This record gives sequence, C-alpha cells and structure tokens, in this order.
Amino acid sequence: MYSPQTIAHFRTPHNYGELKHPDGRGEAGNIICGDIMSLYIEVKKNKKGKEIITAVKFKTYGCAAAIATSSVITDLAKGKTIEEALLLNKKDIVDILHGLPPIKIHCSLLAIDALGEAIYQYLTGHKRPVPSDLATRHQHIEKEKQIIEERLKKLKESL
Amino acid sequence: MKTVYLDYAATTPVDPRVVSAMLPYFSRKYGNSMSLHSFGQEAYRALEKSRQTVADFIGAHLEEIIFTSSATESNNLVMKGLASVYGRKKNHIIISKIEHDCVLESARYLKSQGFALTELSVDKEGFVNLQELERSITDATLVVSVIHGNNEIGTIQDVAAIGAVCKNHHVLFHTDASQSFGKVPIDVSSLPVDLLTASSHKIYGPKGVGMLYLRRGVIIDPLLHGGGHEWGKRSSTSNVAGIVGFAKACELCENVMKTEHKRLSALRDMLTDGILKSIKGTHLNGPRGAKRLSNNVNISFSAVEGESLVLELDFNGIAASTGSACSSKNLQPSHVLTAIGLTHVDAHGSLRMSVGRFTTKKEIEYTIRMLKQAVSKLRNISPLHYS
Repeated sequence: MYSPQTIAHFRTPHNYGELKHPDGRGEAGNIICGDIMSLYIEVKKNKKGKEIITAVKFKTYGCAAAIATSSVITDLAKGKTIEEALLLNKKDIVDILHGLPPIKIHCSLLAIDALGEAIYQYLTGHKRPVPSDLATRHQHIEKEKQIIEERLKKLKESL
Repeated sequence: MKTVYLDYAATTPVDPRVVSAMLPYFSRKYGNSMSLHSFGQEAYRALEKSRQTVADFIGAHLEEIIFTSSATESNNLVMKGLASVYGRKKNHIIISKIEHDCVLESARYLKSQGFALTELSVDKEGFVNLQELERSITDATLVVSVIHGNNEIGTIQDVAAIGAVCKNHHVLFHTDASQSFGKVPIDVSSLPVDLLTASSHKIYGPKGVGMLYLRRGVIIDPLLHGGGHEWGKRSSTSNVAGIVGFAKACELCENVMKTEHKRLSALRDMLTDGILKSIKGTHLNGPRGAKRLSNNVNISFSAVEGESLVLELDFNGIAASTGSACSSKNLQPSHVLTAIGLTHVDAHGSLRMSVGRFTTKKEIEYTIRMLKQAVSKLRNISPLHYS
C-alpha cells in the first residue's frame, strides 16, 4: 500500500497545471499502461549566467503513484540548474515518498523521463548541445512510443 | 467521517441475525460433526439442517449440496474434479471470456496439462453467443462453464438457454452463481444446470464458506482427500458455525428477495442515471434492466484513471473498486472490460460500485456529489481531453 507521503502528494499535488509558454515540454508514459505525464519547464539565466529551472508544472493521467511522483519531480526540479536536474534519479523520488509499492516503481521512472524530455526539448529548441546520455534516453523513449503506437494500431484493427 | 460502502460485490457485512445464529457453534455447540457422542451429534444435526436449508433455497436434493471453503474452491473443484474423472475421454473445456479469475485460471491450468480450451467471446453487453457455443462443442467437450451474474459488469446470462444447448449435446454445464445467488431466484429443479457455485460472504453470511451444487449422477474427484466429509467430495472438519451462518443468510435472502430486488434495482438506476446525467464523458458498461445484477453499477470516466478515482472517493469515505490496470497485480486492465471491447483508456477509467442491503438513497446522493468533485479534480490534473 501507499505511504502517507505518497497519499499526501496525491491528495494535494504540487505544481499541477500547464505553463502557457514553456521553454520545454516533455511527455512520458502511454495509454496502454495507463499513465501519461506531461511536464512543462521554464528556464532562466541567473546572475552568474547559469540556466536555472524557474518554474515547473505537470499534467498527469494515471494512478496515485503517477500523480504523486509527478508532484515530487516538480518540487525537485524547481530551482535547479539544467545539469543538476539531469542528475535526478528515481531513487530521489522514491526516497521522498518513503518508498513505493514495487509494482509502482516504474511511475518514478516516468517522472524522470518526462523531465528529461522537457530538458531535451529545451536544449534542442535553443540549438544547444545535448549531453549524450540524454540523447540516448530520448531515442529510447521515442522508440518505445513507436512500439506502443504500433500495438495500439493492431489492437484497434483487431476490434 | 461519513462512510458509504459501495463494494457489496467484493464482500458484504455479516447480517447481525446471521451472527446470532452462528455464535452458539463457537462456544457451546463446538462438537465435530463426525464424532459419535452427543457433541458430535449436535453439530451433525446443525450441519445437515443447514444443508437442507441451502438445498431447499435452490430446489436441490440434500445430497446434491457440497459445502466448501469458498467459491474459488468450488470452481477449482468443478474444473479439476471433472477433469480427473472424465479427462481421458473428454479433454475439451469451454468457458466464457468473462469468467472470474478462479474459473479462468483453473481452466488455463488444465490447458497447461494438455486440455483443449475454448474461451467464448461476448458481445458489448457481456452476453455469450449461443450459436458460437453450439459451434464450439465437440465430441470431446467435457464441460461448459459460464458465469451467471458477472462480478464486474453485472451481465446476467441466460443460463436456461445455455444449459439447454449443453443438454442437447450431452455436455455438462456449470455456472458460477457467486454474484447472482440470493439476488435472483435459482431453481435447479427446472434449470438445466449440472453444477453451480455459490458463496456465503456475498449474501451477508460469513467468509470462508462456499457451496457447490452437484446434480445427481455427476461424478467428481475431490481436491481434498481425507476423512470422507461431504460424501467424500471434500474432506476437512466441517466449518459448522460458518455453514450455519451461510444457511441463515440464505433464509434471510429468500424472505426479502423480491422486495430487495426492486429496491436495489432502483438504487442502482438512481446511481447510474445520476452519474451519467451530471458528469460528462461517462458511459455505462454492461446491460440495463432485468438482465443486469440488481446491485451492480460499472461506469467508465474518460480522461480519469480508476485507481486515482477509488482513492479520491475513499478520502470521502466511499468504498468502490476499479478494473484499471494500475490497481491490478499484473498491470493489465480487467479481462472482462477488454472482452466487451473497451479501449484501454475506458478500461483504465472504470469504476465499479455495488449497492446492498444497507445502502440508502441518501448515500447514493452523497456519492454522486463526491464523485462529481473527484472526477473534476482529476480531470484538472489530467493531460487527456474528454468528451
């Protein structure tokens, strides 16, 4: 079952909604599994010229774990530099939630993916170099999306 | 906090009158029904009286009733017990795609042991097709098992017609009546059914008691060998208190079945129509009217995931359940909802609410209000659009 921390984030999620003019937007998850996460980021340079994520919003369709991990990733990413945000991993999320049921751990990965995708979009949109890790992750997510779309197509045909 | 229990299809509270009937068999009348002395005789009499009550309730003979520990056990006993007796000559089993997991998994287990298995498709409302059933029957068909009242979408199959087809082809017919038993009249003296499963805890009896009706002449091997209880079909010291409670629960159902059917159907429709009218992007899964279990409501909410919805309702004291993948152990959406052709998003967004003996109109009104709030909150968070 869910920890009180997970229930609290699910019950009153932080930073939900959309940014009207986001600097980056990332999407992760798919309808077959029942989780879809959209993450929006706003990036500004601080006095030292570092790029900081100044605002994060999310919209998520999914179970309590998916909504709670979305809420946590927005808290974690806010105020971080791009480099710092890219270092966030699923353990950071799971720790804040004081654990997730084993079958729900993938939801925390979804949040990491959505943030990574938003940063990827920001970097490519601003013609900036993309770290190779992030590029690989992006390719992997794109490939999964293709597989899911093909599966959905087949399912629709079979109905 | 106010609590509203709308999960009677999962289990029911034990009726206080059932508890009273059971109590003496824990403390004063604790004998083993197999013992020769007066303690044992007392327990034996209670056991056989209960058996007669349950038999009378469905128009069966005394010796056609086997008490088990659950509907799951009864259904396992049917599948494996028949396979064990007849399997060498008849190795084909037919079930529907919307069986409860215990029938489905027992049948799939037998498939893994070399049996052929046909899973009948169902239409959008969950009904099996009699022509498809007839086409599926072969000389090797041992048994057809079709659930009477579906636990998720409430579809009540025409078991008389299905049984007639089976009878014509000399194939055994079993129905899992766990959800319909006690809600609609079942009379095996006229119904062409050879085996029927029922459960105590769905009808305000205790958990841990189930029943299998086994028509005279049908042979079955036991799952549990031992002291020869239940005519050798199911060894284990009899759960006398539980069985007494089950019989009492049957008695109470019989007295109020007609009026309860009417009352529950009205509450069911009030809940269904209240939701469909006041919340956009919703639709009812399963049929309407008399062909639906009187207590079952199953609605899909677009752009909302079921597990989240169940938890939101729980925050407001309302207990319901869902067929969403996220709430299942294998992360697959309900096989029943996919069998009636629901898309993933509709299956994930399904909510089952089941009313019962202690449900009131006020509770239904409260539920509709809270549900409206919960859906609107989750849709605000959701990136999906709904219509």
